[in-house]
Amino acid sequence: MSTLAPVARSRTYWLLADCWNIVRRGLTHYQRQPVNIAWQLGFPILSVLLYGYVFGSAMKVPGGGDYKDFLMPGMFVMTMAFGFINTATVVVYDSTKGVIDRFRSMPMASSAVVAGRGVTDLIVACAELGIMMLTALAMGWRPDGGWGFLAAFGLLLWLRFALIWIGVWLGLIVPNPEAAGGLFAVAFPLTMISSIFVAPQLMPDWLGWVAAWNPISSTAAATRELFGTPVGGSDSWVEQHALLMAGVWPVVLTVIFLPLAVRRFQRLSR
Amino acid sequence: MSDGYAVRAEGLQKRYGEKRALDGFDLAVREGTVHGLLGPNGAGKTTAVRILSTLVRLDGGQATVAGLDVARQSREVRARIGLTGQYAAVDEVLTGRQNLEMFGRLFHLGGKRAKLRAAELLAQFDLTDAADKGVGGYSGGMRRRLDLAASMILAPAVLFLDEPTTGLDPRSRGEVWESVRELVASGTTVLLTTQYLEEADKLASHITVIDQGRAIADDTPDGLKNRVGGDRIEVVVAERADIARAVKVVARVSDGEPETDESELRVHAAVADRVTALTDVARTLQDEGVRVEDIGLRRPSLDDVFLRLTGHRTETSQTKEAAA
Repeated sequence: MSTLAPVARSRTYWLLADCWNIVRRGLTHYQRQPVNIAWQLGFPILSVLLYGYVFGSAMKVPGGGDYKDFLMPGMFVMTMAFGFINTATVVVYDSTKGVIDRFRSMPMASSAVVAGRGVTDLIVACAELGIMMLTALAMGWRPDGGWGFLAAFGLLLWLRFALIWIGVWLGLIVPNPEAAGGLFAVAFPLTMISSIFVAPQLMPDWLGWVAAWNPISSTAAATRELFGTPVGGSDSWVEQHALLMAGVWPVVLTVIFLPLAVRRFQRLSR
Repeated sequence: MSDGYAVRAEGLQKRYGEKRALDGFDLAVREGTVHGLLGPNGAGKTTAVRILSTLVRLDGGQATVAGLDVARQSREVRARIGLTGQYAAVDEVLTGRQNLEMFGRLFHLGGKRAKLRAAELLAQFDLTDAADKGVGGYSGGMRRRLDLAASMILAPAVLFLDEPTTGLDPRSRGEVWESVRELVASGTTVLLTTQYLEEADKLASHITVIDQGRAIADDTPDGLKNRVGGDRIEVVVAERADIARAVKVVARVSDGEPETDESELRVHAAVADRVTALTDVARTLQDEGVRVEDIGLRRPSLDDVFLRLTGHRTETSQTKEAAA
């Protein structure tokens, strides 16, 4: 029998190592079930095709830009936005099946369970964005490169980061994996009432106002600017300060939902 | 652990809203034994295990596991326990080997030793052939064995088995029992919660009966059965008309009034001198020409014990149906 004493190292070392092992687990899931990435990307890619080709010619862009240039950044944002459903699905599965309980009964850092989940989701988000952008390029999308492109990529991940906490929080609230599937029904309208598909100034006034203040609209508008295809002609404050708000909104979401998620996690020991 | 007890709990309190899940629960488990925690659904078994395995904070009382305080030294306790819950808490997407290697790394064995330990445990729990298949395709028994293996990575001092065979078919249940016996032989103390009286009877050398958050009895399986009274003689007659005569015959050898079960044509009574009583009753019934379907001595089951102690039956039959 091999010796069974745990290796003695500092707490920080084990926090990072535990976190990495949880990440490894998450990535191994995708390695064993690669079709899951396809499912997660199915809806955004289908949307690109539907809106790009079917509705595309009927869609107007204020200022007369190409709808494809308007749509693609929106699709990237939508891919990130739906990510919280993936987070919630994995978390609810782990908590109802007893996997989280097993982790909690072990001498590992329990914060690594949540942190590892977050890092996994960000890595997967990078892969998803990569696939989405290649699809967009294949359809004729031509963004500006350089620092602006990298900044846009960063802002998209920044949004995804904030949504991790909503996902963890919801994952610990919903009673079973089936219910997590129902989150899509909530997420879909929330992404529609935004600037993802249609510019808010083309909507009725009150709806346009709601759509413009939707946090994901700021990320969409900011990335359009950074990709070199800004949409002009809007007079609302939030749209004129899209870059700023794309940075601020995720901070607001994190400040609200990170403590809620942590509290929910701690309540597991009640 | 110097006092010879692997688990000690005194006056545990746990409240969920208005409901007292544990209400002054006491428990003492000797090192190197299997200790059964027996009780119906909602009696507090799972809450007790979740507190002792550091998953849930206690509201009052105190508990030590492997000599360590579960509230103040939870991290140290976690390095000395294994937990196998009601649900097989393994990752269903990963393979058996990937599961054990992951848990080994999370138990801080380091990559190389985690690999070695995984291979050892797969062999020990007879899972080597299925090691590289996804757990999603495992049978219930295999999954439970993998779950046990995952709990055994650090060779824990105390293993908590929370209803380890609920929902398993009889063969898989036997496999799990076999594994548990081997673990105890290697020195692990096991606290086993179960609704199956048969399971506690087969595995445990000591049993605590829990009802409404309190320990209401604590004894060996035999000791518990003796509390209900000793052995019983049981006669099943062929015809209803003979019941009265059988009662008279049985009454001559029994300690108390014989009880009858009309629908099953059964007469039974507690007896002190077992063999004499049996031969006496058999001979007399034959002499009187009573046709007997069945006659025998029966030890009281834990089911009888439970009924006597709590005034209500266990829910074994219900859960068996639910499991099937």
